[in-house]
Amino acid sequence: MKKERRDFIKQAGFVGAAVVTGGAAVVTSGILAPTTANASSGHEVTDSDQPRLGMVIDMTKCKEECNDCSDICHSVHNVPDHGNPKDEIKWIWKNEYERVFTDKSHQYVSQDLKQKPFLTMCNHCDDPPCVKVCPTNATFKRNDGIVQMDFHRCIGCRFCMAGCPYGSRSFNWIEPRPAIKEIDSSFPTRERGVVEKCNFCAELIDKGEKPACVTTCKEGALIFGDLNDPNSEIRKVLETTKTIQRKPGLGTKPSVFYVV
Amino acid sequence: MIYNKAVVIPVLIIFVALITFPFWKGGLPHKPAPKIAVQTDVKCVESAEWMRANHMKLLDEWRHSVVREQNREYTSTATGKVFNKSLVNTCLDCHSNKSEFCDSCHTYASVKLNCFGCHVNPEMLKE
Repeated sequence: MKKERRDFIKQAGFVGAAVVTGGAAVVTSGILAPTTANASSGHEVTDSDQPRLGMVIDMTKCKEECNDCSDICHSVHNVPDHGNPKDEIKWIWKNEYERVFTDKSHQYVSQDLKQKPFLTMCNHCDDPPCVKVCPTNATFKRNDGIVQMDFHRCIGCRFCMAGCPYGSRSFNWIEPRPAIKEIDSSFPTRERGVVEKCNFCAELIDKGEKPACVTTCKEGALIFGDLNDPNSEIRKVLETTKTIQRKPGLGTKPSVFYVV
Repeated sequence: MIYNKAVVIPVLIIFVALITFPFWKGGLPHKPAPKIAVQTDVKCVESAEWMRANHMKLLDEWRHSVVREQNREYTSTATGKVFNKSLVNTCLDCHSNKSEFCDSCHTYASVKLNCFGCHVNPEMLKE
């Protein structure tokens, strides 16, 4: 059968239109379906076989004048101190209540809270935006929930810094080595042009130890453990104490909790 | 048909003679291969010959498995001994003479490394 060119184009047009409308219907139903299913908060506890490491920071125990946790962290991880806030490299640091809990602060927050320096670090989110935006997979989530950086792969694009809603990431604008007080050769330093952040002491976790800040804290203000294990110490603390997260509304599911 | 034969051909011959000079003069002069300073009584993770040929592949594999797969132990295929996969904490423990051990060959072969931009060479700390 010989087909006229004109007929062929007409038929092709009909088929094309059918595919597009059909496809659109599938896409719309696909978008609508999860919206209705997610009507709940998304904060259900899902116990999994895989661990999810997390931390509770008990600010009622944390002493204002004590800097043991950040001192030990910055010395074992060769974190430089450039002495000015613009070039600052932060793994664990202190900040004001209204800057840490931007969505919970209000005009009449007690003086006590206003003046208290709050400990902050990477939240090791369960749904980390920094991992989603990293174009080289330099930032990734380990099986145990630690949001880890592979410095070998970091190209210094700083998408992760833009993606992180907690300001937990710092960029090495200048060569870090001269600004490190005493270099610990067992852990690498960084080079100019890479981003860095808290790694929950992944190198110690792999040896079966707890993070350096947790073991150093004399007040027991830092409780570390597996959030997916209902019998773990951290889950018991979470069960018995009122705790809050930083910016829970963003859906990043932080693994760091605060007792305020 | 070649123009200016009288000039072109002798110049060509001289040119070819000059660029082939090293070959007809008796081969390229050999720079002696560097001697690696080896600490004798220490057993490496694998045999010396294997390491000489494959250390770069081994290190690349190590860094990937340590950082991304949380696998920090290496079992030697030669001795069955278990080692911590670490450039500084394992390799440089024995080969603490980076300038003699790593650099002598890499400079000779014109291989530029960026390992020690981050990983700390203990030699550097002594200075």
